[in-house]
Amino acid sequence: MATDWQPTAEIATLRARARLIAALRAFFAERDVFEVETPVLGHGGSSDVHLASLSTQAITPAGRETLWLQTSPEFHMKRLLAAGSGPIFQLARSFRDGEVGRRHNIEFTMLEWYRPGFSLAELIAECDALIRHLLPQDPGPLRQRRYRTLFREALEIDPFSVALDELQRLATKHGGLDMSDSPRDDCLDLLMSLVIEPTLGGEGVDVVVDYPASQAALARRHRDPDDGEWVASRFEIYLAGLELANGYDELTDGDEQSARFAEDNAQRRALGRPEVDVDTRLLAALAHGMPVGSGVALGLDRLLQLALGKQSVAEVMAFATPRC
Amino acid sequence: MANYSTSEFKGGLKVMLDGDPCSIVENEFVKPGKGQAFSRVKLRNLMTGRVWERTFKSGDSLEGADVLELEMEYLYSDGEMWYFMMTDGSFEQYAAEKRALGDTEKWLKEQVAYTITLWDDKVINVNPPNFIELEVVETDPGLKGDTAQGGSKPATLSSGAVVRVPLFINQGEVLKIDTRSGEYVSRA
Repeated sequence: MATDWQPTAEIATLRARARLIAALRAFFAERDVFEVETPVLGHGGSSDVHLASLSTQAITPAGRETLWLQTSPEFHMKRLLAAGSGPIFQLARSFRDGEVGRRHNIEFTMLEWYRPGFSLAELIAECDALIRHLLPQDPGPLRQRRYRTLFREALEIDPFSVALDELQRLATKHGGLDMSDSPRDDCLDLLMSLVIEPTLGGEGVDVVVDYPASQAALARRHRDPDDGEWVASRFEIYLAGLELANGYDELTDGDEQSARFAEDNAQRRALGRPEVDVDTRLLAALAHGMPVGSGVALGLDRLLQLALGKQSVAEVMAFATPRC
Repeated sequence: MANYSTSEFKGGLKVMLDGDPCSIVENEFVKPGKGQAFSRVKLRNLMTGRVWERTFKSGDSLEGADVLELEMEYLYSDGEMWYFMMTDGSFEQYAAEKRALGDTEKWLKEQVAYTITLWDDKVINVNPPNFIELEVVETDPGLKGDTAQGGSKPATLSSGAVVRVPLFINQGEVLKIDTRSGEYVSRA
């Protein structure tokens, strides 16, 4: 008899998941960060070149329209910030086409929160506190690692100044696939994923900072005070080789945001990928004014996987995509 | 054959890589936070049995391999080729070269069913059943009364394999052997 009707998580695990989510809500309640619910569907999609959005057709008061399923709740939450919400968090169902594996599921839960007035350092400390609040044992100390230092240690190159052909040679060697035509960021991403990531978060909570400016996404950029290099004001948190969270000193300049959307769509055209409808309402909200501050998106299923000692995100989800 | 893209790679899928048919063992989706996605794929080369690890960009594709696994009975050998027959009543016969037989050569017995891997209709691998019953054709005489565990001696079986057997086993006895470990299990 078929058994694929059964959940991919044990019932005891789902019970533990519910307990951890209650603890998470208590954590934010205590800090006066209130929970919001924003739509999964939106008129604008994520323009990020490496994210594939799902879309659907809907009959709305405006007629038949294409609506996008969010890849994260970022756009709607930023509009709330611009409207004066103050600190907010959300457990948001998010969707990324094609992403299925031990660490990925097309539909997953993103824990996203925003802290107007917080510096990146303050938000890193809060992330660390939340992770410790949910894990059953001490994950070890919090360590800040610079992107540049990680590449120097693991690969003996400076990721900012190394020649493109040397980078392509290294990516080809470590990846075992031809990267000789690949752009700089693709080579860096491959080396980060295959060489550096597996070494992160083994002895504690590793926070990677000072990413290349070209990988800023929706973060501000700043000049590194030590070496004068332009870097992205963002961080990523790794634990046990898993990328858990991605935080930004949020871009609040509407014109800059608009330029980055256009840049993304230009890259999409060049790669033969579909262009995405730009979220004009987000641009209008930024033009109105969004408070300066930091925000972070954390893959809740991955954190629960670690907290509950499981090997895959499917084991902490009721029905992972192959069984939905 | 059809082409398969990385999102369709799953355990057991047969694809062509570097001119050899391979079976996908594992496909791990890898993606840095904001970067390009990759698939880390483990594949078993069906010609050599070796496991390869390769990385593909998401969306890359491989040509499918025309590979079939079928049950066939061993018939005979003419010294150059080994002949097998389909067990589905079609009586269709296939010939295997020594290279395709590999280690299975020492576990061959007439009328036993083997798992045959065909690629483009050619036999590329012959897998024996996990357990097989074979007669002892040569061993030192059995030690009467010695049924205790511990002692063992070599015995040559009718298929040519030499296995360690307990001291009490005699020539002419039929034994059950585990072909995966090459170890004696019991008297048949």
